[in-house]
Amino acid sequence: MKSDTGCGKAIALHLVVIAGLFGLGFVLPEYHHGVLARVMVLAVFSMGYNVLFGYAGLLSLGHAMFFAAGLYGAGLSMIHLGWSAPAGFAAGVIAGAVLALGVGVLALRTTGVAFMIVTMMFSQVFYLLTLYFSVWTRGDEGLVIPQARRGLDLGAMRLDFTDPMTRYMLALGLFAIVLLLTLGVARSGFGRVLVAIRENEERTKMLGYDTFANKLSAVVVSGTFCAAAGAAYALLFGYVGSTFASVQYSIFPLLWVLLGGAATTLGPFLGTLFMYYVVDIASGYTSAYMLIVGLLLILLILYFPKGVLGTVRERWLRWLP
Amino acid sequence: MSAVLTLSGLDCFYGEVQVLHGLSLELNKGEVLCLLGRNGAGKSTTLKAIMGLVPAKAGSIRLGDRELTALAPHEVPKAGVAYVPQGRRLFAEMTVAENIEIGLMARGKGKPTRDRVLDLFPVLRQRLGQRSGTLSGGEQQMLAMARALCLEPEVLLLDEPTEGLMPSMIARIRETISSLRGEGVSTLLVEQRLEAVLSVADRVCFIENGRARETVRASSLRDNPELVRRYVGVG
Repeated sequence: MKSDTGCGKAIALHLVVIAGLFGLGFVLPEYHHGVLARVMVLAVFSMGYNVLFGYAGLLSLGHAMFFAAGLYGAGLSMIHLGWSAPAGFAAGVIAGAVLALGVGVLALRTTGVAFMIVTMMFSQVFYLLTLYFSVWTRGDEGLVIPQARRGLDLGAMRLDFTDPMTRYMLALGLFAIVLLLTLGVARSGFGRVLVAIRENEERTKMLGYDTFANKLSAVVVSGTFCAAAGAAYALLFGYVGSTFASVQYSIFPLLWVLLGGAATTLGPFLGTLFMYYVVDIASGYTSAYMLIVGLLLILLILYFPKGVLGTVRERWLRWLP
Repeated sequence: MSAVLTLSGLDCFYGEVQVLHGLSLELNKGEVLCLLGRNGAGKSTTLKAIMGLVPAKAGSIRLGDRELTALAPHEVPKAGVAYVPQGRRLFAEMTVAENIEIGLMARGKGKPTRDRVLDLFPVLRQRLGQRSGTLSGGEQQMLAMARALCLEPEVLLLDEPTEGLMPSMIARIRETISSLRGEGVSTLLVEQRLEAVLSVADRVCFIENGRARETVRASSLRDNPELVRRYVGVG
């Protein structure tokens, strides 16, 4: 009964967050409106990362490749093949899922530090491929999806992704779907098995669970969420560049998740939002803004060792998912 | 009595070092067979070999008619063998209820199994919402056994279940093992405490240097302390 109450509270909290973000879409000033749309898409990226790192306990340093797979899958298919925005989005998501399956089958033969290194190496290969095939990708410079292509014709009406409100609401839509899916994963038997694997893989195996299959599923779910974020980024912001495949973009989601709280559903969003604004504000004052960011991170880790929501859950709100 | 688990000529290695040398033993239906021997004799390795955690280089492990050495480690529990390792190894961040649930999910068991398991360990009913890492040592051991029993195994492997527990808890664990016998569960027990062995085991198999040397009725050990002294060094 207690658990049912916790479940009800959790669902209510998530719906309140989604409703709050929906309301903010109508009242935020133009600048913050754009920032929040971007943060929501990046939060989807970190929620995807959280499935693998937070729940299954697998530390990857290669998730930029899944984000970039979605980004390039959408961008290249729209620019070079002339596909529509929905088809481009689907291509991006499928590209990420297939890549995650391939990388997972190989990388999951390793564990711990080796897994981290192998995923980073795969990601570096992907990054170098985006530079090598510059005829298609235009390398560092990247591609811009023409404004006219970034929309969807619905009969007489056109949904223009470059319109700030449309962009915000589409970002919110994706964010809400992935957030509720993450909540579903966390509450499902699959999510529990992932946590069991994180706690003690051998013991989980001894209960009769195929831990490899479960970890592979986690990689695919995680990669698919990240690719969805990448594809949405391409469609909503129009830029497809190799920077998003660089190692920096593999470290970002790790930081965001650590800050917000690993294995919490809302932590990745909170971490992404916090980091985005800290960097944004600090860089307005000094070019050495990373120093300020670093100091703040140290303070946060000192007072919130399990991330903000991880610590809140441990100390006060046990029902928090 | 019919053998439910049969180990024949089992050879196991840790790297280059051979730990089990043609070990053979039989566990009968509904009996408690205790493996007794000095540290490093190969008792725990025998349990790990049954679970597939230490691969068998030679020999066979049969559960009824089914060869277990051909199975992946995660398939052994599904075949009907549950294992409670030394040191309990719970999912410390999960609650008692979640630990039990993950055991139930493994073989698709439901409420009747959950109720039966909690009836065996009533103290766990009062701790369902508590994080398992915060339980006392005895309660953790009970939870580890409860989780294993959620699989409704034919054979239960227990590695030193009374290690580090206070006497009242040891008595409770013994009672549970005895009641499992009544339900037809066969138990292969690794235990160091002679008193615990004498009170719960039907037979005792002495392991020395990775070989099963002698198997005797547990009741005969009281009259034969020399046997215990020879293989265990105490008595």
